[in-house]
Order: sequence, then C-alpha cells, then structure tokens
Amino acid sequence: MRSSTGTGTVPRERGRVTGGVGDSARRPDGAPKVDGSFAFSSDLWADDMLWGRTLRSPHPSARIRSVDVERARRIDGVVAVVTADDVPGSPCFGLEHRDQPVFAHDVVRFHGEPVAAVAAVHPEIAARACEAIEVDYAELDPLLDPEAAIDADPIHPDGNVVRHLRIRHGDVDAGGDVTVEGTYELGMQDQAFMGPESGLAIPDDAGGVDLYISTQWLHVDRDQVAACLGLPTEQVRLTLSGVGGAFGAREDVSLQVHVCLLALRTGRPVKMLYSREESFLGHVHRHPGRLWYRHHATADGDLVKVEARIVLDGGAYASSSSAVIANASCFAAGPYRMPNATVDGYVVRTNNPPCGAMRGFGAVQACFGYEAQMDKLAAALGVDPVELRLRNALAPGDSLITGQVIRGTAPVREVIEAARAHPLPPDPDGRPEVLLPGGTGLTASRGDVRRGVGFAVGFKNVAYSEGFDDYATASVRLEEGVDGEPVATVHSAAAEVGQGLVTLAQQVVRTELGVERVILRPADTSIGSAGSSSASRQAWMTGGAVQAACNAVKETLLRRVAGAHGVDVEGARRQLLVVRDGWVTHVEGDLRLSLVEALDGRPVEQVSVYRHAPTTPLDPDGQGDAHVAFVFAAHRAVVDVDQELGLIRVLQVATGQDVGRALNPVQVTGQIEGGIAQGVGLAVMEEVVMDDGRVRNASFVDYLIPTALDMPEVAATLVEQPEPGAPFGAKGVGEPPTISSTAAVVAAVRDATGLELRRVPIRPEHIALAAGSGADGT
Amino acid sequence: MSDVDGPADPPSGPADALGALGGESESYTLTVNGRSASVPAGWLGESLLWVLRERLGLPGSKNACEEGECGSCSVFLDGLLVCACCVLAADAVDAGIVTVEGLAGEDELSDVQHSFVDSGAVQCGFCTPGLVIAVHDLLDRNPDPTELEVREAISGNLCRCTGYGRILEAVRVVRRERAGA
Repeated sequence: MRSSTGTGTVPRERGRVTGGVGDSARRPDGAPKVDGSFAFSSDLWADDMLWGRTLRSPHPSARIRSVDVERARRIDGVVAVVTADDVPGSPCFGLEHRDQPVFAHDVVRFHGEPVAAVAAVHPEIAARACEAIEVDYAELDPLLDPEAAIDADPIHPDGNVVRHLRIRHGDVDAGGDVTVEGTYELGMQDQAFMGPESGLAIPDDAGGVDLYISTQWLHVDRDQVAACLGLPTEQVRLTLSGVGGAFGAREDVSLQVHVCLLALRTGRPVKMLYSREESFLGHVHRHPGRLWYRHHATADGDLVKVEARIVLDGGAYASSSSAVIANASCFAAGPYRMPNATVDGYVVRTNNPPCGAMRGFGAVQACFGYEAQMDKLAAALGVDPVELRLRNALAPGDSLITGQVIRGTAPVREVIEAARAHPLPPDPDGRPEVLLPGGTGLTASRGDVRRGVGFAVGFKNVAYSEGFDDYATASVRLEEGVDGEPVATVHSAAAEVGQGLVTLAQQVVRTELGVERVILRPADTSIGSAGSSSASRQAWMTGGAVQAACNAVKETLLRRVAGAHGVDVEGARRQLLVVRDGWVTHVEGDLRLSLVEALDGRPVEQVSVYRHAPTTPLDPDGQGDAHVAFVFAAHRAVVDVDQELGLIRVLQVATGQDVGRALNPVQVTGQIEGGIAQGVGLAVMEEVVMDDGRVRNASFVDYLIPTALDMPEVAATLVEQPEPGAPFGAKGVGEPPTISSTAAVVAAVRDATGLELRRVPIRPEHIALAAGSGADGT
Repeated sequence: MSDVDGPADPPSGPADALGALGGESESYTLTVNGRSASVPAGWLGESLLWVLRERLGLPGSKNACEEGECGSCSVFLDGLLVCACCVLAADAVDAGIVTVEGLAGEDELSDVQHSFVDSGAVQCGFCTPGLVIAVHDLLDRNPDPTELEVREAISGNLCRCTGYGRILEAVRVVRRERAGA
C-alpha cells in the first residue's frame, strides 16, 4: 500500500532506463497541450473546407409528414443539404444493435434526433440553413416512463425491452432474521467532456473518405460509417485527432456518418463541430434508473439474500444498454458475500434521450442502491456500517451472485480499511464562512450547519464480458535513430482520450526493451483494432498488446543475433540470450551487444494481438463466468449541510482503491481525483433535466459540474495487489473512483440530516423542504 | 499583411455569401502576442475566439461552451483576463491580446506551463490553455495566494478530467518556485 501524494514512485525494476513501468513518467503530449499547439479535432482545418451542421428534432415523439429543404438549399453559401433519403447504405447505426437512424425518416423518437444536415461555407450560414429547412411534424404522445414502457406499445420495431436480465442464485426462498427494503432513483448524468464533438472528413478521388475524429474506438466507428455509406471498410479510413475527454460519451457514433456523407456529397472537406447545446443533445448519457431492493441478513449481520428489481431508462435507441444492464445486475449485491439472490434487471426504450456508456457503466446505479441498503441494514442491526461491510466483504475464492468464483485479487477489506484510516477533516467551527455550504454567498448560519460522514464500497468488471472476443492490437518497431541511439515506435488504434495511455505505452516499451526514446504513431485504422478506451481496459489490453509486441521484437532480434554470432538458442538454451537494460547479453558467454549493434542496420517490427482470458455468456439464470477481473474501491465522504437552505459542501473524500499495480502513480492519482469529481457531481448537482421529454438544461450555465470551489480534498491510498494474468499486474483505474463516491456523499448527507434521500442528485429542496416537515427527503 | 501564420483568408467562399449574413466588417488589425495581424473583411458578428482560431491560425484558445462559463478560451485583453468567446473581435482593435501561444518564447514553456506538465495537471488538455492563462493572471496579481484564493481564481475554468487536484499542486509548485523557496 502506498499513500498517493502524487510523488510516490515504485523502485524501477531495471536500472538504466528512466520512465519505465512504475515511474510517474510525464505525458508525451503534455508540452503541446500546455502551449496550445496540440491539435484537437475541433482545431482541424483544410483548404476549401465547408462547415457541417445538423438539424435536430424539437419533439420527443412525432411523425414526420414532410421535410422540405428547398428554401435551405437556395441560401447563398449552402453547398449541400442531406436527409434520410440521401443515406446510400444502411439507414441505421448502433453499437450493439443497428437500430438508430442516421436521420429520422418517418418518425422522431427523442428530442434532438437528427433530421437533416447542411454543408455551407460558414458555420453561421449552415446554422441559418438548418433553420430554413421546413419539417412538418405531427406530434405524438411521448412514452417517458420506463416502468410503463415494459408493457406499453412499442415505439420502435425492435420493441421496448432492450434487455431483461434475470439472476437466480442459491436458494431463492431463503430469508433472514432482518430485512430492509428501499427504492432508489438516479437522474440522468452527462459526461460533459470539455472538447465538443468534432471531426473533419476529406473525400478521396476514388469514392472513399478519410475521417479525422475524436472517438473512443476507431474501428467500430469505421464499421458503422462504412455500412451507412454503403462503402467497403477499406474506403473509410479513420485517424484519431485530439480528444477532449470522453468518459463513455464517445463510444457511440454522433456526427461521424453525417460529416462523411456531406464530404462525399460535396466532394470537399467538411468539418463538423457541435456547440455545447448540441453536444448535450448529440451524445448518449448515463442511464437514469429506479432500483428496488430488499436485503435479508442474520441477526449477527451475515448477508443472506438480496432481491432487486432494476429498471434503467435506455432512451430511444439501444446504444450499449444491454451491457449496462448486465453490469447493474451482475454487481447488484455489491462487493459482499451474498449466498442467495433474485435480481431482475430491465433496460427499456422510451422517448427520452438515448443512454449508453458513462464511467462506471451500470455499476454506479447499482451501487447507489445497495450501499443505501447496507446502511439501512446496519441501522436495523444496530451495528457500525463499516463493520457490517467488513464482515461481509468479498475475498478471493468467494463467488458472486452470478456464480463466478473470484480467482484474481479482491482486496475489499483492504480498500475499506485504507479509506477509513485517513484522518478526518477538522470540525466546522473554525472554518471561514466562505467554506461553509453556500460558499461566497455567505448564506449559511454556522448554527444550522451539520457535519456528516458516509461510507460506500463499490466494484465492477475490467474489460469486456459475457464472451465478447476482446482484443487489442499493437505494433512495435525498433531501429537505430539518426543520432545513433535506438528508437522504438509504437503503433496502435487505441484512443488516447486524456487518461494517459500514451504515457503507459512508452513506459511499457522502456521497461521491456530498455529504450529511452519511444515514438507514438497517430492512432488510425491502418492497424487492427485496439478495442475501446472504456471499461477501464486499455492499460491491461493495449498495455498487454504493446508488451507482447515488445517480446516479439526481442525474440526476432535475439534469433538474428544468435544466427549472426553462432549462439545456440535451441530449447532451454534460448533463455541464456536476453535483452536487458538496452543490451543483448549472453548469460554464459562474453557476447554483449548494444541494441544498435544487435540491430545491425536492419529495423525489427512486430505486430501483436493480445486477448484476455475468455469469458462466457450468462445462462438463463444469469449464471456464468462472464467477467475477466474485478476492481474495487471504498470511499468515505465528509459533508457539511445547511439544513435550512438545503445546501451541501463536500469537504473530503477519502478512498482506498484496488489498482493491481500502479503503473504511473501520478496518473493514477489524477484518475482517482477526476473520477471522484464526477461522483460528487452526480451526488449533489449533475442532472440532465427532462421536461415532458425535452432537455431543459443543455448548457454549462444550467448543467453544473464541480468547479475547483466545489471539489473536496481527496485523500487516496492505492492498494497494490498485482492481478495474476494482467500485464504488469495492473487492473485499470478509471472507473472505480466514480462507482461508490456518489453513494458515499449521499450517505454522509443522510448522516448529517437524518433524511432518507432516495434520489440523486440531491437537490436543496430535498433537504430544506423535508427538514422538520416529517417528510423523508425523497 | 498578416505576419501570423494560419488560414489568413476566412475558410469560406464568396464574400457575397457572407454578406447574406448581414453586417459585414471591413478588414481590421488586431495585436496578438506582440504582433499585428490583419483580419480580412468578414462577418461583423465574429467573436474574438472565432477570429483567433479560424482566421488567425491560433487555435490554442479552446471552444468548450462559447458563453463564458467554462474559461477554456481565456486570453488577456490589455492585461485583463477575459473569455474570448464573449468579446466581439472588432471590439478588440487597439487592445493588446495575449493568448496561450504567446506566454513564452518560441519552443519555450512558461513556469506555469512547465509545472502543469510536471505535476500531472494535464489529462485531455482541453481546459489546459485557459487554466494556464488563469493561473498566470492569479500569480502575477497575487504571488502568495491561499489555497482558497487559488480555488476561487480558477473556479471560472471548468475541468472534467482532473478533479483539480494536480492543477492545484501545479500552482503550489509555481508559487514556491517564484518565492525562491
């Protein structure tokens, strides 16, 4: 275990090269990002470029009687207007189900659904052209209640229930001495990355197109774009351009098909760049959910059974909903031994905005429910809530409610104890008034401020599950640089979205090959897929692919050296010739060559594909070894609450996080702090507010994310237990900070107020109007 | 003539098309990072952010909200910290404009920029140029800010990746360095 102050380092494994695995190596893109020269997708520009713009439905549900683009087309400076009739290939796209139209044709199913797109010489002209498109809508009653959607008339040919996942584990009739029950709700959270969706499409001379795009997974974008354009995949080439954050919102196609279609239609480069408002309408959100739970336990505090009914609102189209409900259901019991379980998870289609991936991916919703239940259970049993968690904490060898036995590490007890061990912040009495809830508004009376402390633990899977063929591809080239020093070049399609994969790729190569200088080629589709930068998987998967490619390079180089120098490397003797610290050395002999000498003027390049251990689908009872590994984290939140005004200040979040092994401690710390910020946001401020199917707050004026003044102190401990089978023992760190931090903050507010607080984000009225009224603060 | 590299002409076609927008400006000159840059005739409604990014080839100032909420487009206008998205470009004539590209010499980084890189304050980097400008503004006005003053000073700059922890650390480092400690 190590305290994460941002300066900690792991002793280097191999002496000579700095910046290897375990070092807090600096980002290779750090300097261009601080001096403004780093090219984000929104910064791209091409000669003769046009600007694209999307027309979106103002209605959540309507029949389209007609679309008249003639007036728009006649506007000076407008070069093309396209609608559903102009899509040459598949009319629909989608991550798991191709159920979402490129442009709405006969009906619109959510507020913001694209209906047409325009290319013009100036973005303002494109915007005015969109206003000039005449769409005749016949409004329909939108289906907005996800519970009602289960049995309602389908709003899509594929039906309303995208997936019902049923888990039956152990004795479904088992009961305990004590039961607690509750219903919990989460609003719709937005990823709110800073860099809005943008891309530049450049047509070639042969009917194909190059797309420069910010995305999380180039290859699935390519496949969907090619299908919709009716082109073979070779004619659609994608290159990653600078990505201004992702957090799940770039897993789905947004403007990719539109911008390519406009480029092919006009024969000119076309750039699309969403405004913030359009960004809120144009990407998927975190699923809102309603979760009913009943927990059973013995009088001694051993968990006996969980019953849960989880309903997530997937919005109008499927996106990754079926995987999100799988996570919410598989992890519905939390990181606790739970011998019996009955879980029914539903994700349904409504006329709300489509929901899909966001950091935590279903595990966040479940955690908010089961952790509230654990506190209720502790209260019913009259025991300390942290002790109840420790008593039931999962450990290696235990099984989940899916019947899967945990074969890897599961330091649940350790993360709980690490979070609890951090000192609590000082009492509120001495704090300056601006640090009380309400901040510089100075609205709080000191006497009304109550301190609360809450605890929560969460977990989820790493990488893809349920039998998905999850792999990553990378190539490594080793050669002599112009300065006579060895240089390695890494190529992969993995998306750097801010998380620091570019740093890790360099660190892996430095450690494996002993080469200081590591160049990263731009990520593109000229190499095989790396999978998505999601599910906390790239450190493991692309880290593994880069490591494997390094090993293949070493093998090739050593065989070459063996041949050139007459070294016997057959059978076990192969182990005697090694690459170490940038030298090729024969353990038994005098041979010692620098890498450059070993290369002898001929570069070595190898491509490797890495797969994690296979997983299996879930059976009809939701049983199976569906996940490859699990990550755990615990959070303890401390809040001050002004009960009179219902205002909350989150003072501190302490955490213990299971990281396997910290490959770059400063970057891990950054992931933890950033993930906790998003968890705090969901707890106390962040919600896409829906009003009769329409988004009411599509801006940073109205959708609030934590500022530096909102953000609490974070005290983090990295729990390092290397994961067997994972490259370097590292587990992936992006999501755990977001899973249980929300639940911990709400638990702290409950502790301060005594209110039940069944919904996030907590709004001031949930506290101010409940206090003293006998209500429970819904 | 412009002496700033970049797309000198508007990335647009016929001037009469732009005229259709109403309110066409004459060409004018801005002073950016100590150099004068000529802005050809264009739509009068163009923001300073748009002109910097799209007409003068200075895309370092970012466009995350275009309504003054996120601070990603922060620049100095006659030494004053402003959101370039909320300033009409034509209003910035006669003012000295400093963008993130002008904080240090060619191929150099300022102390704040160095510290951001070394402290792990950069993740996706979209908010970074605005934050770097805001931190320069703070430390030039107040070399010894309290933690609360730092948080207040950067509270107009939204960051979604970092939770601000490493950014606050980067500011601490510069404050110590400037104090000679």
